[in-house]
Amino acid sequence: MAQTEFLQIALLLAILMACAAPLGNYMAAVFEGSPVIQRNPLGRLERQILRLCGTPADAEMRWWEYAAALIAFNFLGFVLLFVILISQDLLPLNPNNVKGMAIPLALNTAVSFVTNTNWQAYSGESTLSHFAQMAGLGVQNFLSAATGMTVAVALARGFRRDSSITIGSFWTDLVRMVVHILFPLAIVFAVVLVGQGVLQNFAPNLTVFGLNQGRQILPMGPVASQTAISLLGSNGGGFFGVNSAHPFANPTPLSNLLELFAVLLIPVASPLMFGRLCGNPKHGRTLLYVMLGLFLTTLSAAIYSEAMHNAALSGAASLEGKETRFGIASSVLWALSTTATSNGSVNAAMSSMSPLTGGLAMLNMMLGEVVFGGVGSGLYGIVMFAVLTVFVAGLMVGRTPEYLGKKIEAAQMKFAVAAVVAPSAVILTGAALTLSTTVGLSAISSRGPHGLSEVLYAFTSAAANNGSSFAGIAADTTFLNLLLATAMVVGRFVVIIPALAVAGTLASKKTTPVSLGSFPVTGWLFGGLLAAIIVIVGALTFLPALSLGPILEHMLMLSGRTF
Amino acid sequence: MDNSVSKKNARTPNYKTLFGQALFSAFTKLKPWVQWKNLVMFIVYLGAIFCTITTIIDHSSFNLQISIWLWFTVIFANFAESLAEGRGKAQAESLKQTKTDTTARLIRDGVETKVSASTLKRGDTVVCEAGDMIPGDGDVIEGIASVNEAAITGESAPVIRESGGDRSAVTGGTKVISDRVIIRITSDAGNTFIDRMISMVEGAQRKPTPNEVALNILLVSLTVVFILAVATLKAFAGYSEAQAGAKIATVTYTALIALLVCLIPTTIGGLLSAIGISGIDRLIRKNVMAMSGKAVEAAGDIDVLLLDKTGTITLGNRMASEFIPSVSVNAQDLAEASQLASLADETPEGRSIVVLAKETFGLRASGVPPRDVTFVPFTAQTRMSGVDIKIAGGDVQVIRKGAVDSVKKFVESQGVKFPDDVLEAAAGVSRRGATPLAVVKDSRVLGIIVLKDTVKGGIKDRFAQLRRMGIKTVMITGDNELTAASIAAEAGVDDFVAEATPETKLQRIRAEQAAGRMVGMIGDGTNDAPALAQADVGVAMNTGTQAAREAGNMVDLDSNPTKLIEIVETGKQLLMTRGSLTTFSIANDVAKYFAILPALFGGLYAQTQGGFGPLAVLNIMRLHSPESAILSSVIFNALIIVALIPIALRGVPYRPLGASALLRRNLAIYGVGGLVTPFIGIKLIDMLLTSIGLV
Repeated sequence: MAQTEFLQIALLLAILMACAAPLGNYMAAVFEGSPVIQRNPLGRLERQILRLCGTPADAEMRWWEYAAALIAFNFLGFVLLFVILISQDLLPLNPNNVKGMAIPLALNTAVSFVTNTNWQAYSGESTLSHFAQMAGLGVQNFLSAATGMTVAVALARGFRRDSSITIGSFWTDLVRMVVHILFPLAIVFAVVLVGQGVLQNFAPNLTVFGLNQGRQILPMGPVASQTAISLLGSNGGGFFGVNSAHPFANPTPLSNLLELFAVLLIPVASPLMFGRLCGNPKHGRTLLYVMLGLFLTTLSAAIYSEAMHNAALSGAASLEGKETRFGIASSVLWALSTTATSNGSVNAAMSSMSPLTGGLAMLNMMLGEVVFGGVGSGLYGIVMFAVLTVFVAGLMVGRTPEYLGKKIEAAQMKFAVAAVVAPSAVILTGAALTLSTTVGLSAISSRGPHGLSEVLYAFTSAAANNGSSFAGIAADTTFLNLLLATAMVVGRFVVIIPALAVAGTLASKKTTPVSLGSFPVTGWLFGGLLAAIIVIVGALTFLPALSLGPILEHMLMLSGRTF
Repeated sequence: MDNSVSKKNARTPNYKTLFGQALFSAFTKLKPWVQWKNLVMFIVYLGAIFCTITTIIDHSSFNLQISIWLWFTVIFANFAESLAEGRGKAQAESLKQTKTDTTARLIRDGVETKVSASTLKRGDTVVCEAGDMIPGDGDVIEGIASVNEAAITGESAPVIRESGGDRSAVTGGTKVISDRVIIRITSDAGNTFIDRMISMVEGAQRKPTPNEVALNILLVSLTVVFILAVATLKAFAGYSEAQAGAKIATVTYTALIALLVCLIPTTIGGLLSAIGISGIDRLIRKNVMAMSGKAVEAAGDIDVLLLDKTGTITLGNRMASEFIPSVSVNAQDLAEASQLASLADETPEGRSIVVLAKETFGLRASGVPPRDVTFVPFTAQTRMSGVDIKIAGGDVQVIRKGAVDSVKKFVESQGVKFPDDVLEAAAGVSRRGATPLAVVKDSRVLGIIVLKDTVKGGIKDRFAQLRRMGIKTVMITGDNELTAASIAAEAGVDDFVAEATPETKLQRIRAEQAAGRMVGMIGDGTNDAPALAQADVGVAMNTGTQAAREAGNMVDLDSNPTKLIEIVETGKQLLMTRGSLTTFSIANDVAKYFAILPALFGGLYAQTQGGFGPLAVLNIMRLHSPESAILSSVIFNALIIVALIPIALRGVPYRPLGASALLRRNLAIYGVGGLVTPFIGIKLIDMLLTSIGLV
């Protein structure tokens, strides 16, 4: 493996860490409604939008009101997107004259984009009009990311507030996320991508003739603007079916680095924002280090697995399915980054990764998509794990467990456990259902343990709202479209609602002052413990399934059998 | 009835019978509606039934052995609970004996009638004389009596109960030894202190505590996750078998149930109720009656302790520290007179004066022949005590000591003016927070004995210990600011409230609670009742008033104020034991996966029929065969419950180390230990099973 490839990883992480703190602080200031930010033009825009919608900026909500607003808003977004998708042939900006989407696929796609999953059971360039891409998917790319962040912000308020019945206003948080954070970042990033040669036009597909006079269709469209928000918002639904493996979406090594940066930026800054918002910046840093530690562990294991001696290929590192322009380390980095961040875009074919890399990518998502997780969702996910950690370990110091001064009791446990267990339950039952029905089995393209991995991956990706695909599985069947859509909804909202409930029940509690007897939620001890709980819960739940998928395949590959 | 059945007997149970009874009820608890209360163990119970049925159908020895060990797992958990309950049951029995129907002498409209104690109601008035059993809880409203409370405290020395003041409460089932008192009954029959004690120790009304409920949620959801993981495994295995093109014999329902039982948190699930019961039991053995398990748990959470100065921090008796003679009086003369005046004074104060005189001037009061001395005891009228000594010539020398104003009245009544310098010195002593006693010989005021509060030996260390636990101590005292500050500094408390009234106590508690802290306090008087009720953990002294005993959520039968520290430790132990065993239980699963997964799937993609495929590599313990691996795991899982019963009953020891150090310690023992132990245990069991040919 080339040194430059490692250099790229080191460079990426260095830039990320340098940007995390300023962005985290900025985001915290945005959600705290800092006067400096309120006075700038974007602050005026925020107030105008809120006034237009008729919501006062300080309309405080109880947790269930917050949850109800969030669900109602997302449901409307779903309906709108669904209608756009099935009627895109009747709408403008359809230079390629694509047809309206079939109902099961439209349903799946709408759910997928509303839940920030961006599972693509289709190829954008051949199935969607520019209008559907921009007004449909693009809008949800902003809104679903913002939705995720509102939950994280509300959760931070749950810790910060003392004996309060409210956790902030969903509308204000949503608008602030879009106006102050996603919107400026997306514009800047889209322009940078255009500078690197990413397409941005409204032209119909271009038909060209190659050197051997073969006819070739070059897809055209607003690629840069779509890609920018899709990566920044941990959406991952690319303009093209193959996402950033397509040269028009990812033309240069620099664009590759920048796109990765965009994928990781907000998730990496979020824990620092959380730390600031909940009044304990050190705790935010500890959360970030836990994420970073887990990320580097899976990344190193995957790179090692890709580069190691492979009996089946008599020694050579496998380049099959990887973008030759980027090489192995970069492809693996992309795979691990996007599965880790719930982004789910790809720059290489997952199915072609070594069995263990596929398994690690899966594990990244199985761990509850908390390393680093999607925009907002990674954060509230890891906080749910932290609640469990604080509970088990907190008992061991001889007190009712306290997390940032809030007692963790039956109500919080109930909700945190629901948030942690729901996605796992969906993954296991969904995959088992697919593997034990004929209609399910017919979608699998590979044989042996690799087939099991395909199915497991699909449900993991859906339930973790990641959206990356192992490829290989024929996802556009009514059976899988509906089953996976269910997995996406459960994986999104059955985590969001309990997370908001935790926020609400915590906010109403009194804050206990920290004493020597309080459980420490910063530093190595807590960080290590949190990482251990995340891994153990993930591993204990999925080890049997993984052992029959990637692990078995890996063992078989070592003995020379591949699938 | 025989009142000598004391709790001391109950507290040293016969372990043989305890064991026997526990073993017996471990089997009687196998009823489904009893098992249903503990969901984790109920799953094991269902698994055991299923495997038994399978064994009956297919007569396989493997199934038989698995079934047996699953039943053992359930029985071991029942045994742990029964053993914890056993101690309380034995104690409850002895308490119940005091409840055998007594006769009450009810007074209504001035007429005495004999009624059964079980018909008494709140507000009734009864009379008790020497030899009578007190028929119910109440307050003495007239008279004074000595009462034997051994039935509840285990202490056979009688205690004084009198009307008015803070020693008026009497408990039903205790016995009047001398004198006669009239008692107003304060609780209905069937709801007396002893009734509540019985139900507490029996665990009859044991409601799960808040932390137990929260922990149970975690355990149940872990169970649900593992049920899902194992149930879906059947589908995954089916697919894999079809792909590999060969069925493997190892994935049976029995094996899957064995895997499930090994994964769900049976260790903590089986011991959880034993931990809770034994926590309360440990308190009972420290002679503390908690009114609910919740109170015990809350004790572990206490952030602030409010402690009365007198009796808790100081000895409660002031000690002589200095003699201040009047001008023109020799200090030694003062000391000598003081010593003589105190010779017969058996109070700690009196003794301390004798000792001080001896220590400072080497006086031994040996010069006076005892027959010449008449002791004059303290009376409420004179408020002085001392001696009359016959001296040569038939004269009587009168020596008195007492409060300054009493002595002043005494000398002034003889037409002598109380010297101004002594008055000034007395005022100075009062300002320092100490108490001045004036000493007078005949009519000449000699000077002042300074009595000072003495801080208990070792109390400073205990407060330092509490500080390391993260608990703040606040001293409550009626003394003025200056005195309070000096004692606070000497005792090493974190804060103090001077010139405290019952209202300031209550305010302080409310203020601490408003700041999010949990407050514990100990008290005895009627005026403590509101504060005891307001505190999160209120410990009432058994010697206190009925009002205080009802307001608190614990009663300390020994009436020892420093007991609060032990109560806090017990509360912490209770939580730590739960947390540690949960961690241990979850950490165990890693090894069990490495035992059972290769056992289940080791045969997939085998090159030869019945041979080992690639997943057999996961068998890192090199267990003998799939059967031995599964069986060893199940056996380990059952035996570990028994092995941990002592920890569950005794509790994980608490050390005042601060949260991080405690966490590191318990993680190293129960986290790392929980990871490693099963690897060793399962391997050993596997070797044993193989060597005796059971698999």
